Amino acid sequence: MSAAVQIADVSDDVVLSARNVVKTYGSTQALRNVDFDVRRGKVTTLFGENGAGKSTLMKILSGVERPTSGELTLDGRPISFSSSTDARSYGVSIIHQELSLAPNLNVRDNIFMGREIRSAKGVDFAEEERQVRVLMKGLNQEIDPLTPVERLRLGQQQIVEIARALSINARILIMDEPTSALSAHEVELLFRVVHDLTARGVAIVYISHHLEEALHITNHAVVLRDGVVTARADVEDIDLEWIVRHMAGENFNLGTPPEQRDFGDVVLSIRDLIVAGPVRAGPPVVDRMSLDVRAGEIVCIYGLMGAGRTEMLECIAGRDVPESGSVLLCGQNVARLSIAARIEKGLALVPEDRQRDGLVQTMTVGRNLSLASITSFVRHLVLSSSREESLVDESISDVHIKTAGGWAPIGSLSGGNQQKVVIGKMLATHPKAILLDEPSRGIDVGAKAEVFRILAKRAEAGLAVVFTTSEVSECLSIAHRIIVMRRGRIAAEFGADATKEDIMAASGEAVVAA
Amino acid sequence: MAGLTSSLGTRPGTPMKARFDIGRLLLEGRAFLALIVIVAVFSSLSPYYLTVANMMTMSSHVAIFGMLAIGMLLVVLNGGIDLSVGSTLGLSGMVAGFLMQGVTLSYFGVTAYPPVWVTAILCCLVGGLVGLVNGVLIARFKVPAFVATLGVMYMVRGLALLMTNGLTYNDLGGQTAHGNTGFDWLGFNRLAGVPIGVVVFAVIAVVTSVLLSRAAFGRWLYASGGNARAAELSGVPVRIVQVSVYVFSGVCAAIGGLILSSQLTSAGPTAGTSYELTAIAAVVVGGAALTGGRGNVRGTLLGAFVIGFLSDGLVIIGISAYWQTVFTGAVIVLAVLLNALQYHKRGRRPQALPGGPTSSLARAGQTLPTRPA
Ligand SMILES: Nc1ncnc2c1ncn2[C@@H]1O[C@H](COP(=O)(O)OP(=O)(O)OP(=O)(O)O)[C@@H](O)[C@H]1O
Ligand SMILES: [Mg+2]
Repeated sequence: MSAAVQIADVSDDVVLSARNVVKTYGSTQALRNVDFDVRRGKVTTLFGENGAGKSTLMKILSGVERPTSGELTLDGRPISFSSSTDARSYGVSIIHQELSLAPNLNVRDNIFMGREIRSAKGVDFAEEERQVRVLMKGLNQEIDPLTPVERLRLGQQQIVEIARALSINARILIMDEPTSALSAHEVELLFRVVHDLTARGVAIVYISHHLEEALHITNHAVVLRDGVVTARADVEDIDLEWIVRHMAGENFNLGTPPEQRDFGDVVLSIRDLIVAGPVRAGPPVVDRMSLDVRAGEIVCIYGLMGAGRTEMLECIAGRDVPESGSVLLCGQNVARLSIAARIEKGLALVPEDRQRDGLVQTMTVGRNLSLASITSFVRHLVLSSSREESLVDESISDVHIKTAGGWAPIGSLSGGNQQKVVIGKMLATHPKAILLDEPSRGIDVGAKAEVFRILAKRAEAGLAVVFTTSEVSECLSIAHRIIVMRRGRIAAEFGADATKEDIMAASGEAVVAA
Repeated sequence: MAGLTSSLGTRPGTPMKARFDIGRLLLEGRAFLALIVIVAVFSSLSPYYLTVANMMTMSSHVAIFGMLAIGMLLVVLNGGIDLSVGSTLGLSGMVAGFLMQGVTLSYFGVTAYPPVWVTAILCCLVGGLVGLVNGVLIARFKVPAFVATLGVMYMVRGLALLMTNGLTYNDLGGQTAHGNTGFDWLGFNRLAGVPIGVVVFAVIAVVTSVLLSRAAFGRWLYASGGNARAAELSGVPVRIVQVSVYVFSGVCAAIGGLILSSQLTSAGPTAGTSYELTAIAAVVVGGAALTGGRGNVRGTLLGAFVIGFLSDGLVIIGISAYWQTVFTGAVIVLAVLLNALQYHKRGRRPQALPGGPTSSLARAGQTLPTRPA
């Protein structure tokens, strides 16, 4: 099944196709002569490393960006979309990798933004609300249509984003990493919806760095590498190893737990931590949580959406005030200190939402990287540029950030590389304990393996690591200890020898997965 | 224009290199070019325009609202706005006038005449205090900057008017007998031919510029203006930064008030009315983004000079005050238009939303992705 043969026989199935698409940004060639077909009633998945050009291709297919050269055909006729609104009128809809919701508006208004349902008396809010409820029911979510989006957790926002794309009734639905903030349970539900859609003849393009998950749902696989299509195949003919080989040229594993050695002293100790929920009277999101992490130990926290992982980490880092409980760093209570003071003392958090909490979009890559450790290179009241520059260069090569240099605007990096900037920034503060909230969100297998390798290396040197994940396979990579959280409490605790089934069962998702 | 150098374009920590980058110079050069055009046009229309004497006079006008503009720049970089600076300028002059007349301490039965330097420091403290009120309202009590400083603007103006029931202090010369002469030093004396007011302005500009580009505070300011949440999680003391910029702005306004009343040797309670708008205009013409995080001192200086030299030039060639207003407005609109184009070209447009981006997003911009990755 060679690529040339496939392109030659353009079957009736193909609804949208791209031919010889080139896209350049300044001196960066994001896409070079890419051919890509989207088939009716089929899921086509695009695989590729961070910065391979996946999102760029999707933006071209959905009218967000114009190709530098090359053409698109829709139902066999050449077409050029003038905007995403234009593309949508042809039935092409996209879920962007980064959320594009208006935080101040509620769920209903976000979903119908720009296509409000009109009635004689203005906007028919009741009908909109009804439709949103139906959509949410389809996704099995209890999200009230009238909640402002800014009050929702990242995963829920992603659900809203998905619901919006679904509500359009598109013929072609593009999903750029729709599941990066979702856990297995929600993914399962999304996949059911995808099956329904393909059964109705909707063409789907899917992008995900969760390769197994993507293999599970897809019909066709296309691999992109440095802006070039390196392989394409039907799912029957391929396996995980095939994808990774074509994506990166080598195979990765996520690492194994560094051998059980004697850990150091307890670095981070949490005692009876309670964090109140959004409703004061309601149940707390973190309920009497206690946890000890020793120097050199890697602890993985697994849980479903809403298990309270993010709330707990943010509270430990000082973003939220706990209802009660204490946070001890090397035996010292830091619960009353500011975030800055905690960083100073060696407690760093890599937040979950890099756009909102991790990056300053108006600054360069370098300045983002040095932001958290800036006071360490102040000499005689001024910043030492040589120290800063060497720190930036070090971080870029340490976490393998693909960028033109420290001076590049942060917005020019691909999603995964932006994530690496946030991780690099906090590692540069030389913490004693680091908390990472979904550190692998949106990064490719290679980068993921790198991040885990870096964490493992730092742990060997005595860093206490706590990271959360929604992917079971990541629990079983480098962690010495796996903690499953459920409704704000520890539901179970495993050693490195746990099995996927154990972990999933403890988190409460086995019911659905079975 | 200039905004890009210190926040975006420059290699971290090497702001000096930007000077030698031709492309960036041209970009940044927009305000500079405008200034050259203004000077060229007016000197061809009036032989008096391009004389050293006139340049100095115009510069000392620029120094006054330029002071306000530098304070405003810091506030704008933080993503805020300070509408109270014009009033603070007026109040500062009034406080100076009040102190120069002698303070009667009825308890001791004496009248104290504080020396000029004490008066100047007290005025700056008053300005700083106004800024502190702004800062605390905004950082601690989360009042939107526009509203907080609008309220303070009225209150401060009211206080200035109350001090004399609306009358002007006419004589700030002081008396040798009281040991408080020399107030006109700021307004009339010269250092190597340059008015002291302009020198003070230049010194403050240089100090601020170094603060922004070379000190940790500057980086904190750019970061918290660009994304306050991310800055906070990176250990930036965002509240302290926020309060400081308003205090700084208040002090700058107070110094502006001192220079103005010294130039006039009188202090009126309505001095500086609507100067806050001129200051905002200078900052915007200088390439700063009102959404925060972008802008620098060089740009703001150019902006201040463009506006100052333009309006003085119009006066010199005898254009009616009404037309002056129209021209100034046109320059501001043009400058902002160019900024919008430039930031757009840099690929930082908001994400395409179904139905197009909505205006309600503009302010929430900090929490929004600026480009889908
Ligand atoms: N607006 C832009 N300006 C400059 N370069 C850009 C821009 N958008 C994308 N690029 C570059 O184009 C390349 C492809 O980026 P793209 O976002 O398509 O990657 P991706 O495959 O989606 O990666 P990821 O898996 O990390 O999301 C990258 O090298 C990126 O730096
Ligand atoms: Mg992408």
